Amino acid sequence: MRQRPLSPHMTIYRMTRYSLLSSILNRATGIGLSLGLIALVYWLTSLARGAHAYVQAQAVLASLPLKVFYALLLAAFSYHLVAGIRHLVWDTGHGMERAQSQKSAWLVIVVALLLAAALIACAFRAREGV
Amino acid sequence: MSMRSPLGRVLGLGAAGSGVHHWWVQRVTAVALVPLSIWLVVSLLSLPSLDFVTIVSWMGGTWTASLLVLLVLTASWHSQLGIQVVLEDYVHDHGLKAVGLMLSAFSHVVIAVAGSFAVLRIAIGSPL
Repeated sequence: MRQRPLSPHMTIYRMTRYSLLSSILNRATGIGLSLGLIALVYWLTSLARGAHAYVQAQAVLASLPLKVFYALLLAAFSYHLVAGIRHLVWDTGHGMERAQSQKSAWLVIVVALLLAAALIACAFRAREGV
Repeated sequence: MSMRSPLGRVLGLGAAGSGVHHWWVQRVTAVALVPLSIWLVVSLLSLPSLDFVTIVSWMGGTWTASLLVLLVLTASWHSQLGIQVVLEDYVHDHGLKAVGLMLSAFSHVVIAVAGSFAVLRIAIGSPL
């Protein structure tokens, strides 16, 4: 096949500017949340199968690796929610200037980190097991 | 002057108005998921305990069950659209891409149906 000109690709952008990283993180957290959806539905189906099945599922759902997964999930949720709202604001045509998007990128990461910290603290303090 | 080719005109081909459909549905589901997902996370974190009886009685509420079904369906749809874009962007082999997109579509339908059915079974059938 003939070599065709390519549009600028990932390697030429500077990640230090953060703006690009914020976009990639949104994808990565989205994929993570898709995995979370599987966990949620597994939880729901184990409940629907009755008390006995639920107790069995709890052995898996309350295991340490999954607790780590829930913490990551809450962080991914925080980021995807805040970054997603930024995307929705962009869709109205606002905040697209370079300086504005740099600023909002930092705002997103700060708000997402605070939200993630609050949610994780709440999840692991309220009771034993998420 | 029309920019459409004579062949396109005679075949009735051209913009069907569906070019932005994927983009638009992704936005609509995103907007719906803002309140739904916040509601779910806050609800789960404020449940007093995670034992069977507590959760089932919480899920038995009409509004809780309805919102849960809405959340499962909307999240499955939004997730399918997102995974589709990721596969289209990063999987360059045509065969592999087609298989991946199909597997993703099937899995998301299974997730949506299984999740909704589970919520309804808990809420209506109350397996207590």
